[in-house]
Amino acid sequence: MHLHKYEKIWLVFGIGSLVVFLLVLGFGAFWKGTHPQSHGQLIDPENIEANDAFKPENLGVTKVDDDKYIVNVVASAFNYDLGEDENGDPVKHIRIPKGATVLFQATTPDVIHGLNIAGTNVNMMVEPGYVSKIETEMNQAGEYTLVCNEYCGVGHHLMYATVEVYE
Amino acid sequence: MSLATQERKQPNNEEQPNLKGTLISVLILGTLIVVSWFGVYALFMMR
Amino acid sequence: MGIKSLKVDQVDPSAQKLPLSKKQKNLYLSFMTVSITALLIGGLMGLLQTLVRSGKFTLPAGIDYYQVLTVHGVILGLVMTFFFIIGFQYSLMGRTVGMTAKQLKWGWVSFWLMLIGTIMTATIILLGQGSVLYTFYAPLRAHPIFYIGLALVIVGTWIAAIINFRQVYLWKKKYPGEKTPLPAFMVTINMIMWVFATIGVASAVLIQFIPWSLGYAETINVLVTRTLFWYFGHPLVYFWLLPAYMAWYVIIPKIIGGKIFSDALARLSFVLLLFFSLPVGFHHQLTEPGIPATWKFIQVILTMMVVVPTLMTAFSLFATFEMTGRKKGYKGLFGWFKALPWKDVRFLAPFIGMLFFIPGGIGGIINGSHQLNTVVHNTVWVTGHFHLTVAAAVILTFFGISYWLIPHLTGRKLTPQINRLGIIQAILWAIGMAIMSGAMHIAGLKGAPRRSNFSEYAGGEQVSEWIGYQVAQAVGGSILFIAILLIVYLFIKMAFFAPKGVEEYPLAEEEVDAEPTPAFFENWKLWIAITFALIIFAYGVPFVDMINYAPPGSPPFDWPIGK
Repeated sequence: MHLHKYEKIWLVFGIGSLVVFLLVLGFGAFWKGTHPQSHGQLIDPENIEANDAFKPENLGVTKVDDDKYIVNVVASAFNYDLGEDENGDPVKHIRIPKGATVLFQATTPDVIHGLNIAGTNVNMMVEPGYVSKIETEMNQAGEYTLVCNEYCGVGHHLMYATVEVYE
Repeated sequence: MSLATQERKQPNNEEQPNLKGTLISVLILGTLIVVSWFGVYALFMMR
Repeated sequence: MGIKSLKVDQVDPSAQKLPLSKKQKNLYLSFMTVSITALLIGGLMGLLQTLVRSGKFTLPAGIDYYQVLTVHGVILGLVMTFFFIIGFQYSLMGRTVGMTAKQLKWGWVSFWLMLIGTIMTATIILLGQGSVLYTFYAPLRAHPIFYIGLALVIVGTWIAAIINFRQVYLWKKKYPGEKTPLPAFMVTINMIMWVFATIGVASAVLIQFIPWSLGYAETINVLVTRTLFWYFGHPLVYFWLLPAYMAWYVIIPKIIGGKIFSDALARLSFVLLLFFSLPVGFHHQLTEPGIPATWKFIQVILTMMVVVPTLMTAFSLFATFEMTGRKKGYKGLFGWFKALPWKDVRFLAPFIGMLFFIPGGIGGIINGSHQLNTVVHNTVWVTGHFHLTVAAAVILTFFGISYWLIPHLTGRKLTPQINRLGIIQAILWAIGMAIMSGAMHIAGLKGAPRRSNFSEYAGGEQVSEWIGYQVAQAVGGSILFIAILLIVYLFIKMAFFAPKGVEEYPLAEEEVDAEPTPAFFENWKLWIAITFALIIFAYGVPFVDMINYAPPGSPPFDWPIGK
């Protein structure tokens, strides 16, 4: 079995490109910490409030420091629970200042959901038994749709909120 | 027919067929792969 | 030293072409008939989805969008493809290594098991008891018969695998020391991969889903079910793809009047596909909370390895075209391009499929690129991606095969008129898919979610942009459905009305002076051992951890799917 000279050139080019991709990804992931979320933190789906982050009073946006925020979300069929506003109405719109570092934490008491701030890198599976989290800098002002992007039942498409990044 | 004459001109069986067009084609394909990949990578970095 | 040199005194048995008996033809044709019926039903569902998502149409009679979506995924992703693949592979085996009467009988057993399983699952979905989509992620629970039906389909394919293995075994016994005919080699690789893959999903269904859906087990380990599913799910896409590769490597060269570029390289790429299509399922689970990042990255590296045989395939295909063209006297850098039989649907449809595989493959590399996955995960980009790969590259190739296989099986001719309509059908498919899939890719990069009924969410600029692209998807979907109606018409025509005659079953040969294929390709035990070792390496530790450090399991949920 032998390879044509040009096929060797092609395979060196092709495999070389794949290696470059892997080096770029590996550098970003292991040195810069841009892994996709993989924390593996466990939670009892039938008792999510045992974790402070998911107690009703801690849901939604919390400012922890200058330019540092935490957003806690409970995803359930077919709703994102971001806590209540001062009138006791469910929060469906959250605001975060541009340039802030935000830690998103989410879990579910029922079935699998997705959590995607559409058009950003905040994109996670939310699964019973696990806490999903990702830290990100919100660098572009605008209004984003927080959308469930994993099928969770007949009301899947009615599961959303909005995230406003303001100047 | 033309191959037969070509082959006679190249009695050496080790001689490789002319695949210049193939090389150019796959290199175009490779360039597409690299450009698209870095395109999405740029999107990832910007977001 | 090659095997070929062992016997020079007779016709190479690895290149022989056996006639298909009437009984064999009936079996293969039955598979094709179920497949085209599934295409019609599944395609109609697809049309309905794109129309609903355009926001200008609502489903009548209380039919739920997700019910339609489940039918679409199951009947196209599993039924239409499986029946085509198993039937086509039987025909390749019958043509190159032969099929005994006993194998034929078992072939019918595989057919009926698959069909009964399909009908069971389909009934449950139509009754609204199985709207869990074709991925059936726990803890959503479908009716137990949904899972039992799927299990029967899988068992049917296992019987097909055993028959295929037996066919090769008997042939090898008859011709000791000869290399397995290339098509039979490829079918064997695909079915070994398939058996490995389906052990994963079958374990999930038999050990986890069925007892849990029946109420014998109270809870289910969700992450384990997902991991077993995707351990199966990635080789599933290769199970779709490899029959298309078979056609590209051994059928297309014949149709264009050429020879196989390299028998050995074709085998090498198939062996590599066997190794690396299995230990890579984590790249479907990159945004999963419960899998360590390092193990994800290891599988990302293995994912890049599975690209290599496809790079080789691309080279082989271009080289086949160029060598054939040059042999016919075409000169210049790209003159050979003109030598291709553009007016022959048996070539044109698969060729357009190959073109679609270029953006399809590129998208695949991006999807599997670890953190880049967060840009596209579960957006409609992914839907666009596999409509390029399976619903364009693979299906156009299957169309191309159908245009000669159906008349070959029915003893009729592919007439110039059918050929002409077939070309229109393939072009319509290409246009429809380019519009639909292109719109999906762009909308996906803008964050539009997949698997979702029409929704205006909270409104705003972002959402209205998505809806614009959804209208484009409906345009593409409508064109695709016209193409489906056309091929159903042509199928009926080729099955019952075309003039009687003999349509060629095209299988390419090697060059007379081709380099002999090395004997080591027949090391089946070694290939299986390496595959197994790679699976254990990629999955062993993280899988055991998933079980040992599991969260409390999940009880079943019925109400979210409207049960």
